[in-house]
Formats: sequence, structure tokens, C-alpha cells
Amino acid sequence: MSQVWARVRGPQGQNLWFWVFVGPFLAGLMLFVLVPLGWSLWLSFFDAHNTVTPTRFVGLGNYRDMLTDPAFLDSLGTFSLFALFIVPTTFALSLGLAMLVEKALLGRGFFRSVFFLPTACSYVVAALVWKLSLFSGVRFGLVNTVLGWFGQDPVAWLSVTKPPWYWLVIVTLRLWLQAGFYMVLFLAGLSRIPRSVYEAAAVDGAGPGWQTFRWITFPLLRSTSVAVLVLLLINAYQSFDEFYNILSTTAGYPPYARPPLVYLYYVALGNGQDFGHGSAGAMILAVLIAVVTVGQARFLGLGRRSA
Amino acid sequence: MPAPLDRRRFLGLSALAALGLAGCGSNNGRSSGSSGGSGASGAASAGTSGSSGGGSIAQWYHQYGEAGTQQAVQRYAAAYDKAKVSVQWIPGDYDKKSAAALLTSGGPDVFEYGNGPSIDMIKAGQVVDLTDQIAAAKDDFTPALIDRVTYDGKVWAIPQVTDMQLLVYRKSLLQKAGIQPPQTLDELIAAAKALTTKKTKGLFLSNAGGADVLGGPILWSSGADYLDGDDAPAFTTPEVYTGFSKLHSLFTSGSLLLGAPADWSDPSAITQGLTAMQWTGLWTVPTLQKSLGDDFGVLPWPKNGDGGKPAVPVGAYGSCVSAKAKDVEAAKAYVKWLWVDKADFQEDFATSYGFHIPARKSLAEKAQKLSSGVAADAVKLVNDYGHAQTPLLWTPASGTAFNDAVTRMVKNGSSPQKELAAVKAKVAAEVARVKG
Repeated sequence: MSQVWARVRGPQGQNLWFWVFVGPFLAGLMLFVLVPLGWSLWLSFFDAHNTVTPTRFVGLGNYRDMLTDPAFLDSLGTFSLFALFIVPTTFALSLGLAMLVEKALLGRGFFRSVFFLPTACSYVVAALVWKLSLFSGVRFGLVNTVLGWFGQDPVAWLSVTKPPWYWLVIVTLRLWLQAGFYMVLFLAGLSRIPRSVYEAAAVDGAGPGWQTFRWITFPLLRSTSVAVLVLLLINAYQSFDEFYNILSTTAGYPPYARPPLVYLYYVALGNGQDFGHGSAGAMILAVLIAVVTVGQARFLGLGRRSA
Repeated sequence: MPAPLDRRRFLGLSALAALGLAGCGSNNGRSSGSSGGSGASGAASAGTSGSSGGGSIAQWYHQYGEAGTQQAVQRYAAAYDKAKVSVQWIPGDYDKKSAAALLTSGGPDVFEYGNGPSIDMIKAGQVVDLTDQIAAAKDDFTPALIDRVTYDGKVWAIPQVTDMQLLVYRKSLLQKAGIQPPQTLDELIAAAKALTTKKTKGLFLSNAGGADVLGGPILWSSGADYLDGDDAPAFTTPEVYTGFSKLHSLFTSGSLLLGAPADWSDPSAITQGLTAMQWTGLWTVPTLQKSLGDDFGVLPWPKNGDGGKPAVPVGAYGSCVSAKAKDVEAAKAYVKWLWVDKADFQEDFATSYGFHIPARKSLAEKAQKLSSGVAADAVKLVNDYGHAQTPLLWTPASGTAFNDAVTRMVKNGSSPQKELAAVKAKVAAEVARVKG
């Protein structure tokens, strides 16, 4: 008996300690991630209005409904476009900021903190600031005040759809909030590029500025860039907070600029309480994110050793 | 220099903190002893979770904006001597929180819900039948409200108070412009245009240009409705099409206030002089009286076309009993006591804090505050032109489809025929689903 126990414990109690350290996390993962995931998958095959223990099996009916629901398809389409736009802009902006901060002779730490600080701001708070003070539609909103100096009429940024000014509000907010975070990732990447490479390039006649950036800095940032791109893409599909807080009203959410998660929130968790369709939609979205992310990672070579 | 926080100290502090939290979490609400009408003092801490067991009833309210309402409902709860009632005052998105809580055993025993429970709550057996509880006074309640909470001949909620939405206007501004209060939609559009100046817009419907709140009023004022007597979609008429087209022309006219700091449910836009007329709710009347004095009047949403009639949306929070209540019979008895038997509490709740109309006709007639001036005008609007906000069979999925279409018609100018035909198909499918 004691021999069995000794084997279970492993040499110096290694097995025991393994489970002591891993066990709680595994239990948490099971309880808070895998069980809800499995439950959601199960729900997606049932008619589950106002219940999470449904009895009426509908097979793939919920999936068929969601894949033919124009509002859901529209949200997927909109957000693929949104991703196509926000991913390169954030990438370029944060890389640019990182280059500038890196080159700063004075106050590098200061600028790094200043650009990073918005990351610490809550999306909800930022959304309210953008909505109520910067882009308020009345003449005394900040942006409208500036426009007023040039004799322009106030613009109702979040109310009009032609032209879709609400995108300007949402995109500037997202850029402000996340550019600093990715800038820090790029700064870390930049610090890993050995001085000697730049020196060798200079000796070989590479001019400072664009030539060095194009042939030395950018290629050597490859692994950082790929990680940033993948994170940005997933973030774009998972966007919820700022959209919900900027555009929702007491009566619901308008049919434009509606992220898939916001739509599913209204279907399943809102007054809808339709967990079957909500779960099916969530599964479709999860598969879409997985496919796009894996595709992108393959294309860009995530995890490949940087040269 | 303070001592660094080492591991031992940190653990000690954490343990202390945990104890402190546990202390807060324990049921330290009212003692069950009779406190003899001690008022709000004893009930002030009754906001703890209701899952304390042993003959207690957990009652949920959404956060009413008016000062004193919370203390009032706690006072009513404390006055009930058959069971211990703990009141939960829920800020934020109440509808979603309460709907989600009903799925669990930790949800409320008694709760209010906008316009009574949803049809899916009733179908899923989440709420219990209250027909017997309301029977004694059923005829005294506003009929439109009772209809709204009745399904299969059974009553599923007891209406608490009546709320309504209406149009308010600044009398002085209309006089200055030489305009009569608008009686038709065309007159309203003309008035909005005439009242627009460099600093003040003519009309504020909502930050969405009315697209989120005026769907129903456009239908009713055009002589149509969400569903007809046979629960079939009834909103695809030529008058409705022109109604939404007119709302679109209003949206693009430049005479609407858009992007105001506070949305339509708040009277700030009109009290701060940003607009001359505003769509808002009856609950804003006390604030309006305080800041505008007598310089405002109320109107229904004006009629559109010859077959139409003016309209106002009417709603009521209804008190429901959860099927998962720890003691369903005790919860039903409490609801009957509070919302049927205790007429003095109902009148106090409706008229002492905010500004609502009691859900019972006998109380509405008695209420002093509602007998003169703007308030009396508003009560008359409810009786003459009131419509329940949405019908019971109008599911959230139908609502989303309809609201999406209204937004596209009003903001983008999409074709009403095309948009509403698509909504009609969706609504018919939803009605078939809940009836099936």
C-alpha cells in the first residue's frame, strides 16, 4: 500500500506537487471555461427560450436560422470590414509611436508612460467621454466647438448615418485606447534588435531613416508584428464595450455598426433570453475567429523562428 | 519608510479582508421582531440577498430615479407582518439582470417587470398565475394594462403604476413664433421648422431622431397597430409608409435636435433651452414644473392622415411572482397584500415621489396631484389615446426586427414598403412560434 502511495507521490513528492500547483488552475479552467463552452454547444442544438435546461431538440435548426438571419450576417460582414480597417491602422500607429519614443533623446520614459496610460482607462469610461463630451452632437461639444471656430455647423456625430460619422467616433476611441499597449509590445521588440546589426548596416552604406527601417528594423520585428496582428484581429471581432456604450439606447441598439457580440448579447442575454440561437451564433463566431486567426498565423508564420 | 508588504503580512491582511467581506455578506437585514412601524430606519439595510431562507421573500425593483422611492418600498416591505421581505434595489440594466436571475435558484421571489412578464417567461413557466390574487379588484385596474398582462385568460402580473410618454412644448416659444400647438404630424413638422433658430432646435424626439421610441406612435397615429385582433401583423398600410417617410424628412430637415447630452427620457434638453418641443415621459413633469413653471404644455403624438388618431404609449411595471420562489403561496399572498389590498401604499408609491398615474382607476380619480393643470391633461391623454407600449405577443425578436427597420427608414430613408414587408414575415413567424 505504502509502495503504491510512494509511486503516486513520485520521487520527492513530484507528482503530488504537480497536482497541488496545477490542480486549482485546471479546476478553474474546467469550471469557468470548458463547462460553459460545452453547455453552450449543447444549448445550440435546442429550442432554449428562457431556460438553460431545455428539452426540445432542434438539431441544426438554430444554426440554419442564424446563418440566414440578415442581421447576424450583416454584423459578421461589418466586423470583417472593421477588422480590415482597424488592424492596419492600429498596427501602423503603434509601430510609429514606438519608433518615435525609441528615438526620443529626452524623456523617453515620460512619453512611453503617456502613450501607454490610455490602456489603463476603462472602455466604458472612455466611451462615455467620447460620447458626451468630445463628440456630443450639440454646438458646445468639444469637436463641434472647434468646428464652430471655422464657421461650420455642428454635426450630430452619433445620430446621423449619412455620412457614417459614428465610425470616426468609434475608431478614434479604439485607436486611443489600444495604440499605447501595442506600442509597448513594439518597444520590447525594438530593444531586442542588437545594436551591432545597425552598425553593420551603416558600415555597408544603409542610410538612416527609411532604408534602415525597411531593411533592418521591420524585418527583425517580424515575430512581434505577427503577434500584434493576431491579437488585433481577435480584439476586433470581440469588440463590445465601446460599441455598446456609445451606440445603445434604452430602446436597444441600432442596426448599423453592430458587432456580432452585441447582437448575440441582445439575442441571448438581453430581453431575448433565447439561448439556443445565441449559443449557435456564438459557435459560428468562434469558428470564424479560429479560422481567420489560424489562416492569418499560417500566412504570416506565427511561431516560426525569426530570422 | 513603511515596512514592505511581505508574504505573511499579505496573507494576514487578505484573511482579515475576507472576514470583513463575509461579515457584510451575512444576513444582517431587519430583525424579524416586530418593530412597530419604525419606518425606513430598520429597512435601510434590507438590500442584502434574499436567499436567507426561513419564510423570507426576496423582492426586486429596478432603480427608480426619484428620491425617496427606495425608502418607500422598504417601508412597505417592513410593514408586512406575515413574512420577512427583503428588498433588492437593482441599478443598471434591470430587465436583463432579472431575466437572467430567473434561470437560477438565487433569483427573486417577487419582482417587477416592464409591462408584465414577457410571453416567453409565461410559456417557459417562469412566473405564476395571479388571477385569484387580483380577482377582487380586477375591474378597478386600467383595462389596457390588464389586457397587456393577460394570456390564456389568466392574469400574470399586477400593474403597479401607469407611465406614459408624451410631447411637451414651451408655450412662450410657440406664442412668440405665432404657432398653435400642432394637431397633425404635418403641423408638427412645420412647427419644428418655424421654431428652429440659431441656438434652439424646434423639436427633440430622441438622439436617434425618434427612431428608437416613435415606432409605436407612428403606427397608432396612422390608424394602424403592431398586431390586429387576430394577432396578425397590422402595420403595412399606406398611411404607415407615409408616416415613416415624414419622420425621415424630419430627420434630415435640420430642425431636430440630435446628439443631446441627455436623451429623451430626461427633460434637460427642453429645460436648458436646446429645443422648443420634446418627446419625453410623464415622469419628467415635476422637473419641468420646477424649471419652467407654467411655461409648458403637453400633447399626444399628433395624428397622421385622415384615418389616424393622436396616440400616447402607456406602460406599467407589473409585479410578478417567480415560479422558483422559495414559497410561492407566501409570495403570492404578499403581492396581493401590497398591490391589491394596500391602496394607501399604492397611492403613495404612484404620486409621492416621481410622477405616475396609479394603475387603479379609483386611486387615479382620488389623487390630488392629478386633478388640475398639466397633470390632468396628461391623465386625459392616457384615457383618450393610450396604447400599451407593445402587445404581449410582440417578442424581443419581433422588436429587434421592427426597430432595425424603423432606424433604416428614419435615418437612411429606406423604402418603408420593403422594410416593413420583411418585418411582417419575421413577426408572423414569431407569433406562430409563441402560439404553437
